[in-house]
Amino acid sequence: MAHVRFQGVTKLFGDVAAVDNVELEVSDGEFVVLLGPSGCGKTTLLRCLAGLERVDGGRVEIGGRDATDLPPRKRRIAMVFQSYAVFPHMRVYDNVAFGLKMQKESKVTIKERVESAAGLLHIEDFLHRYPAQLSGGQRQRVAVARALATKADVLLMDEPLSNLDALLRLEMRAELKALLQKLGATTIYVTHDQVEALSMGDRIAVMNAGRIIQVDSPLAVYDRPADMFVGGFIGTPPMNFVRAEVAIEDGRPVARLGDATVRLDEDARAHAGRTAILGVRAESIEVEAAAGDGLVPATVVVVEPLGSHNLLTVRAGANVLKVSARPDLFPAPESEIWLRIAPDRIRWMERDGGGAMAEETADVLRSREAILSQAGNEASTG
Amino acid sequence: MTARAALGRIGVHLAAILLALWVLIPIYFITLAAFSTQESVYQYPKALLPTDLSTDTMSFFLHSEGIVPSLQRSVIVALLTLVISLGIGTPAGYALARFSFRGADTFRLSVVGTRAFPIVILSIPLAVTFVRWGIDDTVYGVAFAHTALALPFAVLVTSSVFAGISVELEEAAMTLGCSRASAIARVILPLALPGLAAAAIFVFIISWNEVFAAAILTLQHRTLPAQVLAVLNASPLPFKFAGGFFLLAPSLIVILIIRKYLFNMWGRVVK
Repeated sequence: MAHVRFQGVTKLFGDVAAVDNVELEVSDGEFVVLLGPSGCGKTTLLRCLAGLERVDGGRVEIGGRDATDLPPRKRRIAMVFQSYAVFPHMRVYDNVAFGLKMQKESKVTIKERVESAAGLLHIEDFLHRYPAQLSGGQRQRVAVARALATKADVLLMDEPLSNLDALLRLEMRAELKALLQKLGATTIYVTHDQVEALSMGDRIAVMNAGRIIQVDSPLAVYDRPADMFVGGFIGTPPMNFVRAEVAIEDGRPVARLGDATVRLDEDARAHAGRTAILGVRAESIEVEAAAGDGLVPATVVVVEPLGSHNLLTVRAGANVLKVSARPDLFPAPESEIWLRIAPDRIRWMERDGGGAMAEETADVLRSREAILSQAGNEASTG
Repeated sequence: MTARAALGRIGVHLAAILLALWVLIPIYFITLAAFSTQESVYQYPKALLPTDLSTDTMSFFLHSEGIVPSLQRSVIVALLTLVISLGIGTPAGYALARFSFRGADTFRLSVVGTRAFPIVILSIPLAVTFVRWGIDDTVYGVAFAHTALALPFAVLVTSSVFAGISVELEEAAMTLGCSRASAIARVILPLALPGLAAAAIFVFIISWNEVFAAAILTLQHRTLPAQVLAVLNASPLPFKFAGGFFLLAPSLIVILIIRKYLFNMWGRVVK
């Protein structure tokens, strides 16, 4: 197991920086997820670590060694590919044994390690079969077993679950997480699926346009997104972005949303007199049936019952918000409700520079829609 | 509208059937005659069905003067062509399939472009050069000329074979401890083998059937097609039919085997 460090890593494709000056450290035994929309450079970054792409700038360090110019075979890494890349002309046993044979291990060691890896992935019964005789999920297991068998320092996974169907993905996600926790393997895992990232990673590195935007624990990324992109990309529904005037009222900072006034935390005092963007998660908003102090009036647009909760789309002044309401609450469309927004759950996004900010909000939301539908397509075509 | 579409479909099928018959009927009669008695070859009207199967005509052909040595030479020339063409063509095909380099498309086009150069015109200066080099009228000279003909196909077919094998397999091998060379040897070549075999057979046939260059570059040591061509006018009818069949049969078999690779050729490379 080893520690991994990217120092100012840049990878150009033509004039485009697919990976742009990335700094990232992964501790020994840590599980870090690279998360971002298609084309954000996450897979390219992983391939730079694997040695499958030459970096155009910066340094890649694995286990304290400079690996920048090492070929893949000398980096002591193992990789699971999106397409599994199981060798079709070899039996499962030989697939799993491949890396060990290349390391010139003895026959006894190879047999032992293949059987132990096969046991971990529950493929003992298929060792004599050819990959063509296996289902997609079983091939996926072979690919993981093959990567684990070499006991590499770092395990790289490139969207390993994206070609599985939804139910199998859910199952494999939990199994893989438990397995990697047990092994304590340093793992770098690429995905565009935010649920996968949130549920599996010790830390998530959110990427966009070749850059790492935020590296944090899943909870921190969810609760305190670094910017509107992260807030909009992570979470279903995406974070609500609301324009508000910050003012001081009775010696306390407040946000004015149309006629309503919402109390803010003390650290908002510095922004008094400005227009700001507030980020609020749908589940951080409570729905009240009657007007009250500090409540924001809103009109119901749509009610979507989702079983565990009802997702309301509401209009509050110029803002459209998504609100998670109790599953027994069915306000009629066009009816009036009141929203309670807890001050400690409000996330400051950016100070408003002018009228452009609202458009920027819309842009972020639009691009998120595009990302989601793209991710959906990828999942279904896979 | 549907009636018109149906008519159109019938028209297409009819045209296809006519074209197929245009090719298949002569093949059928040649095969029939090659396996009939010599007498029935001269018969008129011809029997439409095999009524008197016999190896008589074939054995007459094979025992004619110069046929067996020229047959041997044809095999040697075809094998030499195969080894040289695939030896050069396979790495080129691999490069075309795997790497995007400056001028890759131009290179691909120029590979096809060489086929626009008529071998008849190429053969005269080649003959002069070969005389100078002292390899005129030898199997080597003919094999070199045939390589010039077969190499473009070798490059394009092998490139389509490699393009059909996922790069990730090669990369997976490399992350598991292989250098690029050993990844190719252990993973890519075994998977490419059926396709490469098809390419090999195809190259063999190009050489086997080639007659112009062979006829110009050889005098005493002719390959089979050149030999048949040289004595054709002075030969009896059974000899012609048997010779025709001998030249035809390998191509037919090969086309059946490798057609799926030929159909894939462009679609896959462009991927």
